[in-house]
Amino acid sequence: MTKRSVQNISTIPDEGIDKGAQRLTPDQVSRVIRRHLEEEGGARLKVYTETCVHCGLCSDACHFYLSHDHDPKFSPAGKVKQTLDKIIRKKGRVSIDFIKKTAEIAFTECNLCRRCVMYCPFGIDVAYLMLFLRRICHKLGVVPQYIQDTAHSHAATMNQMWVKDDEWIDTLHWQEDEARDEIPDLRIPLEKQGADIFYSVIGPEPKFRAQMIYQAAVIMNAAGMDWTMPATPGWDNSDMCMYTGDEEMVARLKKVHFETAMRLKTKRIVMGECGHAYRSVHDVGNRHLGWKMSPLPVMHAIEFYYELFKDRKLKVNQKYDAPVTLHDPCNVVRGGGLHEMARYVINETCSRFVEMHPNREHNYCCGAGGGVINCGPPYTNKRVVSNRVKADQLADAKARGAKTIIAPCHNCFGGLEDIVKHYGLGMEIKFLGDVIYECMDKE
Amino acid sequence: MVGVAFTVFLAGSFFRLISMWRLAKKKDGLIFSYISIFFALRSIVHWILPFAGVSMRKHPAMTIVAFLFHVCLFAVPIFLSAHVILFKESWDISWWRLPDMAAEIMSWSVIGSCLFFLGRRIFLPEVRYLTSLSDYLILAAVAVPFISGLWSYHQWAAFQVVMIVHIISGEIMLMIIPFTRLSHMLFFPFTRGYMGSEFGAVRHAKDW
Ligand code: SF4
Ligand code: SF4
Repeated sequence: MTKRSVQNISTIPDEGIDKGAQRLTPDQVSRVIRRHLEEEGGARLKVYTETCVHCGLCSDACHFYLSHDHDPKFSPAGKVKQTLDKIIRKKGRVSIDFIKKTAEIAFTECNLCRRCVMYCPFGIDVAYLMLFLRRICHKLGVVPQYIQDTAHSHAATMNQMWVKDDEWIDTLHWQEDEARDEIPDLRIPLEKQGADIFYSVIGPEPKFRAQMIYQAAVIMNAAGMDWTMPATPGWDNSDMCMYTGDEEMVARLKKVHFETAMRLKTKRIVMGECGHAYRSVHDVGNRHLGWKMSPLPVMHAIEFYYELFKDRKLKVNQKYDAPVTLHDPCNVVRGGGLHEMARYVINETCSRFVEMHPNREHNYCCGAGGGVINCGPPYTNKRVVSNRVKADQLADAKARGAKTIIAPCHNCFGGLEDIVKHYGLGMEIKFLGDVIYECMDKE
Repeated sequence: MVGVAFTVFLAGSFFRLISMWRLAKKKDGLIFSYISIFFALRSIVHWILPFAGVSMRKHPAMTIVAFLFHVCLFAVPIFLSAHVILFKESWDISWWRLPDMAAEIMSWSVIGSCLFFLGRRIFLPEVRYLTSLSDYLILAAVAVPFISGLWSYHQWAAFQVVMIVHIISGEIMLMIIPFTRLSHMLFFPFTRGYMGSEFGAVRHAKDW
């Protein structure tokens, strides 16, 4: 069904990596790495790198390995061998070219999907090791240009897409206006104190997918929810800094996000359909701020929709008719266990459901996650070629009747779009919210 | 000499675990906050039962050999009657013994398993890529005590010399456990337990 990759992928030119590397001296490289190993290399790093028995069992977990005709360079432990093992063995005395290659591997050949954790008998977390490398690259200033730009945007504006404060408010007003054509009394409540729900979205929603805010407002309205969105920075729940290794920024971002919820005195945060943002708010960012779990309840859209259907707050007029399949996003399934809830919502809204195989915790990553899609156009081809197994998996679901792929995550949505296009699969992709919006009783 | 080997093994293991514990306290404090005994055990149980996880089902031969290997690797040295008698003689302690026939079959199983692992290292590209000299040496360190043990048991050529090889290689194997990749034996419950806790308690997901 799908084309085989024959391309030999060598180092791809990237302004961020190349210019960053030009500024380095070998001495700086070894100094920065040595300090990093000393300061941040703890028991996990030591145990993971010293007890890996080189059995290769993690290979089958990784879609990069599977898609590149079982090329061992792309296996999880193979990636560690090429990069971190050498860095540790040489105590950081590696060449600048080596750092460039390391950056490419750590940033674009691992989606931090953690599937390999489920295949390694010891639970060695290669995603953690790749993040450790990304942080070294961050400290050296050798980061792919596109994702670094989003990190800069985070630092300057507290959102991922350089959205200015007034543009944000304008977008909400605009979507409210549009939606009022359909539902005359609809509101997008801004700055409502003490509302039950703070609805937060990722930067790309107001920038590229504003209709998702519209749809969310329609759903909130029909379900009669008491909700609000802030008029200040802190509205964006996304976090590319988590993927560039800029942990200080992760803490700043999540602090603003949580503080916005506190300021508005909302009881919980409900997030749009984004996987990495969920990882950041519910699993990672809280840790950087010293909270074991997030300081107030955080719900991904899947959980929220599940609650709405379970409590009979939403009614379906007519179920979505084309057969659907579900892509389980790593960050909400392996990272949040929301797979059964997603199936419940699909069952409520769609008449025919076809499972992908493998599924649930074992689903293959979309290839876009972990910031890989955010590394931008230089890597698009490599990204889709490196996920041929996903195309095969989708083609199989299609052969069993699936016409629409439901992808409840922004990154997955984008990643799957590229895969569907590249491999000519001719399937439609939808968010869960798209399907609900289409089928629901809007009154 | 045997005493030295046991001391190095026990003290070495203790030292490795304690120093790793202290390093974790210093640098990875979060491990202690997130560890959950229930979820740690849930994961460990799924990984010490053959075929309980997807990864093991995908590699049936490896799973059978790996389990057989580990069981025999532990059982033979501890329950071999010749060893039990030696313990009795030197330290006056004693326990259940394996019938000689069983011990022999199990020793052959260990050797066979080592050959299987060697075959994987040589013939499977994804394993060969990861393999370096030290991996072969470790494999040899495990195989030699069993080969020489069987050799002496059957009193094949020059068995007195081989007996010495057996004793020394057995002691070496014991002593290097804490300081090589064989330390996966010590750390397995911790790495698996930690991941099981993260997956179970925070991410509400399985990790097998
Ligand atoms: S985290 Fe995912 S992408 Fe990265 S090495 Fe493991 S399986 Fe491959
Ligand atoms: S499965 Fe685990 S122990 Fe085996 S090579 Fe992969 S990371 Fe190492």
